[in-house]
Amino acid sequence: MDRTGSETHVMPYRTLVRVWLVLLGLTGALVAAGTTLHPSLSVWAMLVITPVKAGLIFYYFMHLKYEKPLLTGLVFVTLGLLVLVIGLLFSDLFYR
Amino acid sequence: MSSYLDTGGRGGIAGWIFSTDHKRIGILYLATMTGLFFVAVVIGVLMRVEQLVLDPPLFAPQVYNAFFTVHGVIMIFMFVLPGLGAVFGNFFLPIMIGARDVSFPRLNLMSWYAFVAGTVIVFVSLFTGDGAPDTGWTFYVPFSVRTGTNVTLGLTGVFMLGFSSILTGLNFITTIHRLRAPGMTWHRMPLFAWSLYGTAWVQLLATPIVGITLLLVIAERVFGIGVFDPAKGGDPILYQHLFWTYSHPAVYIMILPAMGAITEILPTFAHRTVFGYKAIAYSSMAIAFLGSLVWGHHMFTSGMSEQANLLFSLFTFLVAVPSAIKVFNWTSTLYKGSIEVRPPMLYALTFVFLFAIGGLTGLMQGALAVNVHLHDTYFIVGHFHYVMFGGTGVAFFAALLYWFPKMFGRTYNERVANLAWAPIFVGFNLLYFGMLVLGYMGMPRRYFTHLPQYHTGHVIASVGSFILAAGLVLFFANLVVALLRGKRAESNPWGGVTLEWRIGSPPPAENFDVIPEIQGRPYRFNPEVSE
Repeated sequence: MDRTGSETHVMPYRTLVRVWLVLLGLTGALVAAGTTLHPSLSVWAMLVITPVKAGLIFYYFMHLKYEKPLLTGLVFVTLGLLVLVIGLLFSDLFYR
Repeated sequence: MSSYLDTGGRGGIAGWIFSTDHKRIGILYLATMTGLFFVAVVIGVLMRVEQLVLDPPLFAPQVYNAFFTVHGVIMIFMFVLPGLGAVFGNFFLPIMIGARDVSFPRLNLMSWYAFVAGTVIVFVSLFTGDGAPDTGWTFYVPFSVRTGTNVTLGLTGVFMLGFSSILTGLNFITTIHRLRAPGMTWHRMPLFAWSLYGTAWVQLLATPIVGITLLLVIAERVFGIGVFDPAKGGDPILYQHLFWTYSHPAVYIMILPAMGAITEILPTFAHRTVFGYKAIAYSSMAIAFLGSLVWGHHMFTSGMSEQANLLFSLFTFLVAVPSAIKVFNWTSTLYKGSIEVRPPMLYALTFVFLFAIGGLTGLMQGALAVNVHLHDTYFIVGHFHYVMFGGTGVAFFAALLYWFPKMFGRTYNERVANLAWAPIFVGFNLLYFGMLVLGYMGMPRRYFTHLPQYHTGHVIASVGSFILAAGLVLFFANLVVALLRGKRAESNPWGGVTLEWRIGSPPPAENFDVIPEIQGRPYRFNPEVSE
């Protein structure tokens, strides 16, 4: 597969629909966690589910799938760092 | 081929401030930062004089508050933060990776303009409004929101300085990814370039956080939005989180390029390859990563949760591991080397010694129980001066001595450089080790006066500051004389093996006639020995 990113890639509609359904499911899970769980727990649910959703969008809808591994890695490391930073912040806010 | 110092068409000041040549921009940073450094040194010495003259005090308490704020803002945001990256990174990164310039030369010049604009705004804030900012360089709320001094303008200046840092980081990342010479794989890249790469990521990812935070403080002061005001549902500790989320990684922005420069100097003067190339390269990245997760150790006594305290203490101890890897690799590089102690090496070894003291005292504060005792004392001031001045500052001097002949094509007087080392080293330790002891005894930081039991310690520290300042004047005077009257430098006076030593001194305008093809690793002092 060409990984130069210089040409247009066509993602099959079937894949896009499947990812969209997964995203809908995850959004439902997020709403359920927000309404049923204790606030401190729902934050952790958010910290797990939201990056997964963002990752899926980057990977499929924003065509990160066709980029070089280095760029893919940089995006996901940055996303992971963001989650870690926010997680550490909440380790303070919810246990004071 | 004419050197970059020969004006091609546009002469005088315009030839410098409108030049997009990375080397000229590096020199612009050097000139600006050195001037600012001496302003802050003078303010630092005045603070030490204040501690000698107690009754009546030489300066009013409010003036002393402004002194430590301005000293901190200049030294942190205008000297050590741009630091080695802005000067030597700009000058040498493209050369070391075999490129003709950085990826975005105009953006590079714009980052210097942003730096100058931020500096001017900060200085204007000192002399306008209702007095110079008096919050300390950390701008902690609620005081920074309530004080009537000119904090809003000062914050705007620091915000601009952040822009400069982000643009430089962006430029370096792109340059390293896109402009390496043919054959220069990641593992053939000089370690100074690796350190700039780790630094650039921190600049790019962390600086926007402090930018937004400072804007929030301005919004709080001007519009009373209440993000940090508990009366309106805000949280003052959130400010500390946001500030240190950037400002602790910023410490690594300051120290990583310094470590990179030391890693260039030690092999050259030990005449042997660097020990543990990959370990040093990856430890730079590990420091950049782990260093982004330790900000809470500035807040152990701020009322953070026990759980957060434990987590941040753990991460603080973890970040010592990649730092120690570097120190072990440096000492192993020296082992069985043919060591030649010329001025750059003398200052580089001094860096290792002082940085070790700074690092170990940092670990002491990472321990929760000890931190409660030492928090907000002179111990903290002593510690971060060991890291930031003994580390970054002395590494800056070492790098300047190492690359001076290359940058300007002139040699300096090595005996005077060695002579200046003595007052710098003695004065430094009297001043800052004195502060460590004073802090351990309980002397709080940021007080314009002190109790009688601390007076002897203060006298020792103040005398140290005078000796240190004399050494600094001698150090820079030697370089200014060399600049004006120094002998012509050879292209490779130290026997270095990285790419910058293969071109003329000073370098040609576009660095290379033909872009070099890289055949092997960077520190091969004996190319016959296979990799």
